[in-house]
Amino acid sequence: MVWVVFLILSFLCIGSVAAMIFSRNQAHNALFLVLSFSSLGGLFGLLDAPFAAAVQVLVYAGAIMVLFLFAIMMFNLRGELPARVKKARLALTVGLGTVLLAELLLAGRKLVLGSPGAGPAAGGDTARLGHFLFSDYLYAFEITSLLILAALVGALALAGKREGS
Amino acid sequence: MIPPAAFFILAAVLFVLGVLAFFVKKDLLTQFMAVEVMLNAGNLAFLALAKSLGKAEGQVIVLFVITVAAAEAVIGLAIIVLIFRQRKTVQTDELKDLKG
Repeated sequence: MVWVVFLILSFLCIGSVAAMIFSRNQAHNALFLVLSFSSLGGLFGLLDAPFAAAVQVLVYAGAIMVLFLFAIMMFNLRGELPARVKKARLALTVGLGTVLLAELLLAGRKLVLGSPGAGPAAGGDTARLGHFLFSDYLYAFEITSLLILAALVGALALAGKREGS
Repeated sequence: MIPPAAFFILAAVLFVLGVLAFFVKKDLLTQFMAVEVMLNAGNLAFLALAKSLGKAEGQVIVLFVITVAAAEAVIGLAIIVLIFRQRKTVQTDELKDLKG
């Protein structure tokens, strides 16, 4: 069972990176990378690292790739899509949304219907991680916050400049 | 149980694919994405080691790598946006002013 999950996830991961090499569309490349990073998050979960998995999906597949997509949208603006493609996309969006809702409901069913005895058992590892982060690696952690601040200021200084000023 | 070797092989394949993508692709954005793929391969190796050695330090390193990658992505994309504003292109073939 674990092997099946591992094989599916690693196939998705490697396959989408390979598709990125062969595709010529930058926006498609970014979306392939989102798929790759999400499946990598699943692999992190297989390695008993639930926090790293969550951060991978939230920060990498979420935040960083959205940044990439914004940058790509600044570069190549195309004309509007034909109406037929638009309709197909709407249908696809509705279908995928329904699937997502069903998944979330299925996952939340246990929490809502309650069996309070079966609380979250995993978390001991995350607690250990937090302990490390705020004791042995405290300096590194604080320096990281400084690094993010420097990156923010640097990005504003670089890209915030108006043309000609 | 999956042996750590499987994860190491996957990380190696992913890293090589990232290097390949970096050299094959010709636009800055996709090359930048390839760098992210390489970073992720490193993360996977770190986590596999953390699991096989039973230490949580590997996960701490992964968190730091993700943070640094976020900062790097912000600065890198800002630079690419600047290049695009000045040259109207992000194709590396057309950006060779530094060629001696």
